[in-house]
Amino acid sequence: MAVPLPLPPPGPQFVLRGTQSAVNALHFGGGAQAQGRQLLFSGSQSGLVHIWSLQTRRTVATLDGHGGQSVTWLQMLPQSHQLLSQGRDLRLCLWDLAEGRNAIVDSVCLESVAFCRSSVLAEGQARWLLALPGKGSDEVRTSTTDALHSPNHQVQILEMPSKTSVCTLKPEADAKPGMPMCLGLWQAESSPRPLLLAGYEDGSVALWDVWERKVCSRVSCHEEPVMGLDFDSQKARGVSGSAGKALAVWSLNGQQALQVCSTHQLTNPGISDITVRPDRKILATAGWDHRIRVFHWRTMKPLAVLAFHSASVHCVAFATNGLLAAGSKDQRISIWSLYQRT
Amino acid sequence: MDPALSVVRLTVREAIHTLSSSEDCGLILSTLRCLVIKLSPVWLELSPDGQLEELWDSFFLKGPADQAFLVLMEALESTAGPSFCLMKMAQLLANFLSQRRMAALMEEQCRPQKKPGFTLLQETLLNKVVGLPDHLGNRLQQDNLALFFPQNYFPLLGEEVVRVLQGIVDALRGGLDCSVSFMSRVLGKICIQGRQKEILDVLVPQLTVLTQGSCLWQRVCWRLMEQVPDRTMEAVLIGLVEATPGRPEVLSRLLGNLVVKSKKAQFVMTQKLLFLQYQHTTPMLQSLLGYLAMDSQRRPLLIQALKELLETWGSSSAVRHAPVTQQHYLSAAILICLAHLREPELRDSQDELLASMMAGVKCHLDSSLPTVRRLGMIVAEIISSQIHPEGPPLKFQYEDDELSRELLALAIPGTSDSSTVLAGGSAPAPTASETLAKTMDDGVESANGSDPQVGPQGSDSDLDSDDEFIPYDMSGDIELKSNKAPLYVRDCMEVLTSSEDMERWEAALRALEGLVYRSPEATREVSVELAKVLLHLEERTCVSGFEGLRQRALVAVIVMDPARVAEYLTSQFYALNYSLRQRLDILDVLTLSAQELSRPGHLKRPTQQVSCGSGAPVLATSQADCTGVSGWRTVVEERIRSKTRRFSKQGFPRRELASSPSEFNSVAGYFFFPLIQHFDRPLVTFDLLGDDQLVLGRLTHTLAALMYLAINTTVAVSMGKALLEFVWVLRFHVDIYVRRGLLSAVSSILLSVPAERLLGDLSDELLEARSWLADVAEKDVDEDCREQAVRALLLLERLKDRLLPLSH
Repeated sequence: MAVPLPLPPPGPQFVLRGTQSAVNALHFGGGAQAQGRQLLFSGSQSGLVHIWSLQTRRTVATLDGHGGQSVTWLQMLPQSHQLLSQGRDLRLCLWDLAEGRNAIVDSVCLESVAFCRSSVLAEGQARWLLALPGKGSDEVRTSTTDALHSPNHQVQILEMPSKTSVCTLKPEADAKPGMPMCLGLWQAESSPRPLLLAGYEDGSVALWDVWERKVCSRVSCHEEPVMGLDFDSQKARGVSGSAGKALAVWSLNGQQALQVCSTHQLTNPGISDITVRPDRKILATAGWDHRIRVFHWRTMKPLAVLAFHSASVHCVAFATNGLLAAGSKDQRISIWSLYQRT
Repeated sequence: MDPALSVVRLTVREAIHTLSSSEDCGLILSTLRCLVIKLSPVWLELSPDGQLEELWDSFFLKGPADQAFLVLMEALESTAGPSFCLMKMAQLLANFLSQRRMAALMEEQCRPQKKPGFTLLQETLLNKVVGLPDHLGNRLQQDNLALFFPQNYFPLLGEEVVRVLQGIVDALRGGLDCSVSFMSRVLGKICIQGRQKEILDVLVPQLTVLTQGSCLWQRVCWRLMEQVPDRTMEAVLIGLVEATPGRPEVLSRLLGNLVVKSKKAQFVMTQKLLFLQYQHTTPMLQSLLGYLAMDSQRRPLLIQALKELLETWGSSSAVRHAPVTQQHYLSAAILICLAHLREPELRDSQDELLASMMAGVKCHLDSSLPTVRRLGMIVAEIISSQIHPEGPPLKFQYEDDELSRELLALAIPGTSDSSTVLAGGSAPAPTASETLAKTMDDGVESANGSDPQVGPQGSDSDLDSDDEFIPYDMSGDIELKSNKAPLYVRDCMEVLTSSEDMERWEAALRALEGLVYRSPEATREVSVELAKVLLHLEERTCVSGFEGLRQRALVAVIVMDPARVAEYLTSQFYALNYSLRQRLDILDVLTLSAQELSRPGHLKRPTQQVSCGSGAPVLATSQADCTGVSGWRTVVEERIRSKTRRFSKQGFPRRELASSPSEFNSVAGYFFFPLIQHFDRPLVTFDLLGDDQLVLGRLTHTLAALMYLAINTTVAVSMGKALLEFVWVLRFHVDIYVRRGLLSAVSSILLSVPAERLLGDLSDELLEARSWLADVAEKDVDEDCREQAVRALLLLERLKDRLLPLSH
């Protein structure tokens, strides 16, 4: 049987250099309302947020708002020019970038010192929900010694921009999932109830009903802490990666129960980020083994292993047009164009 | 009236009278004889339209078969030269045969005989019946009829035998007394003449069918076999076993308990076929041993055979002197025996079997031939599992190859039970292939990582075809090793000796070969030290390909500084306190580095080596390694050629390999002489001429390789002389592997030493070697040895041919 030789994996389309420190967070901005002016935000170890123009491949601006502490998460609010950035200085800043401005308009203090990234659910500009690790500030600290009630083990939901706390999600007394490691706030199309997916330190993924403040379902899908997850609300299927050697694909049935569909073994352990492309065709993982892995989302067939970086990859992001960006500890951001519909 | 006619008429009338009325065979005989004598063309033409001829034929075809046959044969023999009569009679004999008169003849002999002298008659008949093809072949020469060819005659005779037996069975049913001894003698005689195949190929299938379900037929068959004379028993039995491969139940139906009744048969079946012959196929063994196992009276013989087999298997002299094929045959026989025997039966002789097995395992594992070692392991595993099913299983590590699979299959009782094999022969095959296909599918699926459960979900609006998503090559996706490789040879050495960091240690080992090639000066400074470190290096963590890495690094070190390192290593070869493994490693790296050094242009290698990374060491490295270097050169040459017009017809100048002096020339002595000097001085821990014959075998092979690689060097002559002396000392070594090494050494001497010098300086040694080679070629037990000796002799011949024109 003559099997055509597989093509060698492609190289990056281009590489962005100049952050001068490890890249921890990436986010594509601009999109539709940017009139073709596509931007990429990158958050670095040194606390700076770089805004890159993908046309000129140069930095447009640099935001310095985290006092030299590493930036761990970046998110643009839809239909606005506002950018959220989370830093290790325990602050979450809201930047106004409209018309060339770059000023902090608001900030939220974080209670958790963990590395958990926050998550946003925004239907419109007026009101949006923010899930962030740590305890709400309005709650009285009763017993700080109790590990279960330590702020590091809880997730706080805020309504923005008013910053009113909706609730604090504490794990049940008997479950000891450890710290939340990654969050995903989402809403089913059919119902207005916001739901939160959280990956925990013990390798489990839990689905929280935010309004009822209770866990709908929990599934243990990893041996190691969950490092990243992404959820496809249309197919009700999500994927999570951990510090271990496996990816887990789980799905949500009609009774809001999570179940593991399959696991996929990786060659080397450790995933720091995992993202499904907006068109839900493929997904990419950022590996500690310096490689980006691309899978077919429906079948989980491995498609490519991109070996370009010389240190562990910290984050991957997809643009709405399908461009893939990966940021690595080697201070470079690589931009890839894979399986683009022409 | 023509007087002649009246004579004929008289004779015919007399003959008709005699033949129709007489009971006296003597009279019939003489009448027929008379008819034959009178036969002439004139005679037959006397009567129109062949009436007389017909009549004449009918005398022979309708008269008593034995008499007619004897007279015909006699007449054929006595008729001189090709003549009408001869042809006529041959034709008549052919008619006689094709009219099935032979059956009548033989059937007659099976009747109870009361006449005097019938033994003599039977003897004569027997000789004539069996010898018919020979007699007629001799007589008729070119005009022989196809029917009388052995390949046609004996099958026909087989048919006749079945017919006769049928007659006997019918007669017995009718209450008549019959004897089959004539048939047995016929069968025996045919078989001993080497025509087993022709007759038994006809006989056995028919008897197989006939004996199925008929006791009378079986009894007749058994009787037939029992009556076979002892002298011809062996030929018959071997023929039968050959004709029923893998079908012990057929053999059992045909033979009955013959082995119990006949001493000769017992000897043939339990001794001769098992111990004295080994050319038979495994199915034959299966049918033979299966036959022994099928009846409770014969089972003790099987146990006895197993004991004797194991005794032979466990005898060290047998292991050393028997050819490998015979050892394979013995092992297969043991395994088949074990498959038939149950544990309770073995309990009585357990200790005995165990003792033979232990001895056998030891001498098999001591052997320097891998096949013999493997045989030992497989057989020992199976014996121990049969004798001690409840104990901890004995488990060796051996490669899973054709040989081991075949032997292991023999040990499964089900497979040797041929009735199931025959009945369901086709049925299990598809299932096996199905499961294979299934596992392969599974393998592919798991390799692709696709999960079978995740089918296309019906609700999906985007039923994208997978054609869009063709995976890229993922061969580069290997486990990540931390990059801690040292950058200098000295650092590498330090890490290898003292580092506790295993990752660093492994990285250093992997980097060493490249480093050594890249930095020759630095290597030379520490070469001996580095060689010492590498020689004593132990595998501290599980590093894949550790042996190869260490070996390649050592080779690199030797190549960089041949004289000193080779001197060191050869001195260590005979030093105290080394393991056999290390000594063998020394020999290996010396060979490989000598090969590297003697290769033209070996110094180009480093760049290539680094770029292509780790490849397995190939003993005969190809010449394709200068492609990178000469890439630009071919481009330039191509350009020159396209722009050059040539007037001569010679075509393009042949590109020659760049010639360079062999690096091995100056250092060959350092490799060779220290190794050859001390082999006869035993140390406390190391005795080449004693127990460590495996190392001696490797040493001889290494010396042969070094000799071969020293071609075109100045030192080759003295090396050849030393090596021939070495060969002479060891020429009667018992170990096959050592002898093979010696033979290859002789061949390489013949190839490497220049012919004139060979005849000039080494003529005496060569003469001695030649007589030894001739001896080996004729008598050695090992096939490889014989073959190598013949090759060496051919080389010697060629050498002589090349020199003779010179001397004239």
